[in-house]
Amino acid sequence: MSEATAKRHMGLRASRAVSNTLIHVLLIVISIIWLIPFVCIVLQSFRVENTGPVGYIIPHQWGTGNYTRLFQTDFPRWYTNTFIAALATAVLQTVIVLCMSYTLSRFRFKMRQPLMRFMLILGMFPGMLSMIILYRVLKDLGLTQANAVPGLILVYVASSGMGYYVSKGFFDTIPMSLDEAARVDGATRAKILYKIILPLSKPIVIYTILTAFMGPWGDYVFARYIAFGTSAGKNVAVGLYDWLNKDQISNCYTMFCAGGVLVALPVTILFLFLQKYYVEGVTGGAVKG
Amino acid sequence: MKQYSDLEFLKLSRGQKLLYRLQRFLISIPVGIGRFFMKLIRALGKLFAGIGRDLGEIGATFVQGDWKTKTSFFIMGFGNLARGQILRGILFLLFEAVFIAYMVMSGGYWLSMLPSLGITGPSEEYSEVLDAYVTRYHDNSFQILLYGVLTIFFVIAFIYTWRVNVRQNRMAEKILASGKKLKSGKDDLRSVVDDQFHKTLLALPLTGILVFTVLPIFFMILVAFTNYDGTHNGYTNSLFTWVGLDNFNTMLSWNVTGGAGTQSYAATFGEVLLWTLIWAFFATFTNYFLGMFVAMAINKKGIRFKKGWRTILVLTIAIPQFISLLYVSKMFAKNGIVNGFLMSMGWIQQALPFWEDPTWARVTVILINIWIGIPYLMLITTGILMNIPADLYESARIDGANAWQQYRKITLPYMLFVTGPYLLTSFTGNMNNFNVIYLLTGGAPTNPAASSAAGAVGYTDLLITWLFKITMGAESQYYLASVIGILVFVVVALISLVVYNVLPSIKNEEDFR
Repeated sequence: MSEATAKRHMGLRASRAVSNTLIHVLLIVISIIWLIPFVCIVLQSFRVENTGPVGYIIPHQWGTGNYTRLFQTDFPRWYTNTFIAALATAVLQTVIVLCMSYTLSRFRFKMRQPLMRFMLILGMFPGMLSMIILYRVLKDLGLTQANAVPGLILVYVASSGMGYYVSKGFFDTIPMSLDEAARVDGATRAKILYKIILPLSKPIVIYTILTAFMGPWGDYVFARYIAFGTSAGKNVAVGLYDWLNKDQISNCYTMFCAGGVLVALPVTILFLFLQKYYVEGVTGGAVKG
Repeated sequence: MKQYSDLEFLKLSRGQKLLYRLQRFLISIPVGIGRFFMKLIRALGKLFAGIGRDLGEIGATFVQGDWKTKTSFFIMGFGNLARGQILRGILFLLFEAVFIAYMVMSGGYWLSMLPSLGITGPSEEYSEVLDAYVTRYHDNSFQILLYGVLTIFFVIAFIYTWRVNVRQNRMAEKILASGKKLKSGKDDLRSVVDDQFHKTLLALPLTGILVFTVLPIFFMILVAFTNYDGTHNGYTNSLFTWVGLDNFNTMLSWNVTGGAGTQSYAATFGEVLLWTLIWAFFATFTNYFLGMFVAMAINKKGIRFKKGWRTILVLTIAIPQFISLLYVSKMFAKNGIVNGFLMSMGWIQQALPFWEDPTWARVTVILINIWIGIPYLMLITTGILMNIPADLYESARIDGANAWQQYRKITLPYMLFVTGPYLLTSFTGNMNNFNVIYLLTGGAPTNPAASSAAGAVGYTDLLITWLFKITMGAESQYYLASVIGILVFVVVALISLVVYNVLPSIKNEEDFR
């Protein structure tokens, strides 16, 4: 190696070291920006000297008063509502989404393309529009206000077949030759699904359950329509949102933070363990569509 | 316009290239739309030809068929029963019985009321039992419209089933004539989990979509042609009725001012639409490029704790948006932490008007949306970036390309090619991004000139949040909400149509098998 090239290599290495340091600093800054709001929420949930919004982060007086106050409100009821709705939706929606995406990925039938195109067009209508009528219908059935939970589950689950894209993208990557081999051996279509495809699809099943759970867990719009005016039928999003209106914020702001921590905690823990599957679902299926 | 070949194109100067590309793009818009309508016309032609062929076949079946087939025209499933396909026969017969019973008992009534949406509204009547005036309710416009639509769906389903019934008779006759055996009920049951398994799997999801998506959308499209609102709720206060195109006229005419408003609906609609498009553009592309940048930074050789950085960002996805957005919205409030921090550091004297000034508010929502969107985009782009063949970069480096040139010539084209469809759905998704806007600002700051038109309209309101506010407001002008919903659909569909026709390649899904 000549002296000149050696020098150039040294220079390159030095410049790479500089740029890598810069990137490390940048990533640290990014992480701080991304985490700060969450750190603030946790800190403020332990602030007891003032229950409204304030301009500082570190509480002057610490205490768990906000959490104990939380349990004297309707919050436990909202929490239960949300939890039941999310759990039921996670199970039912997963079944429906998997049925839909498996069929559209595996079978070639005459109506397949028109069906997919039709659903694409349906998706262009703002879904909120249909809430007006669904609210009236559910009200006639007695599934709103205090009985909101079954109504919510029905609404979340019923149209979930439209969200088949990600898992279809996953099923598309499982070779068709597996199915064909099984068919030659005399397996029915149903048997192929249970015995061959499902065992191979653990990541996408978990991804679907996870996203199906998180949807209702943080849903605001539909829950707002259906709970309309009653406290007992609210979910956490609607309940906590109402605490931040002008009349209540000075009294309920820190309680909102405490509630937020309790709502975020289970999903975050769930995420920590299932992160791998979520990442796989997003990177594998979301773009292929 | 002159079309260049590849070689000629490469010889052009940079400015000429840009101009040429722009021209091609502008031309492709009307061409794309034209092509779509040609396709539509051709599809309609095919449809009518198909119906004609069908009618011919039905006639032929009746003329050529035996008495069993002929009877099946009136008693569905008769042919199946007579030929020993008991299961199918019973199902057909049952369906016909249910249909006739429904039509006689209520379907006929709903259909007959559909043109008027109800005749007698609620009235005050004297009740001798109570010795007082009481309100009696009569027709229910809402139910008439809903069940009318449902009945129409049912009639279509019946016609289709009847057609299947006729065709099955024709097939059965043919099969028997050729000396083969018909499928037994046992075969039918097996096909439910085998040949016809796709129908079994789709039955439940599609029923759900039909009842909870198609039916409501159909209903709401019809509502746009009525005067259904809070004061005409169709039952307890006043009936609603058909008004033709009046609502579209209200929304799209520059001369109609809404209520006590100073500004026409059309002007408000135009402003909100413009902001919706600007918002969707920035929300999509800032997230896209910055997310890609973060992903590349983490992926870079020599960066440590790759997994750690990713985990930090991914965890922020887990926290429900209503918590993070509501909290961040309060952080930027006048008395919030951000202003408090800046003031305590002495950098500013007065609180910054993050949510009070229209321009500040618009920029702030876009910035906060970056905070929301980057983790997700980082995940998506990470996967794709890793798929770019490393030897491309290798040879680029040998040729002396610097980092920026490598990005411009390799990374970006590849990314845009792969994520083209995703960008489109992301753009339309952002147009309807209710959560970010509603939870952050609720549409504020209010636009006084526009607000009196239909409830409060703010500078950060998207069409979708405006729609929501209209339905939740005191007057609940559902008909206006429907009109906006339809217009949103038209805009989204147009954009999708143009982009799909402009995209370099529409991926053929079978290519990847």
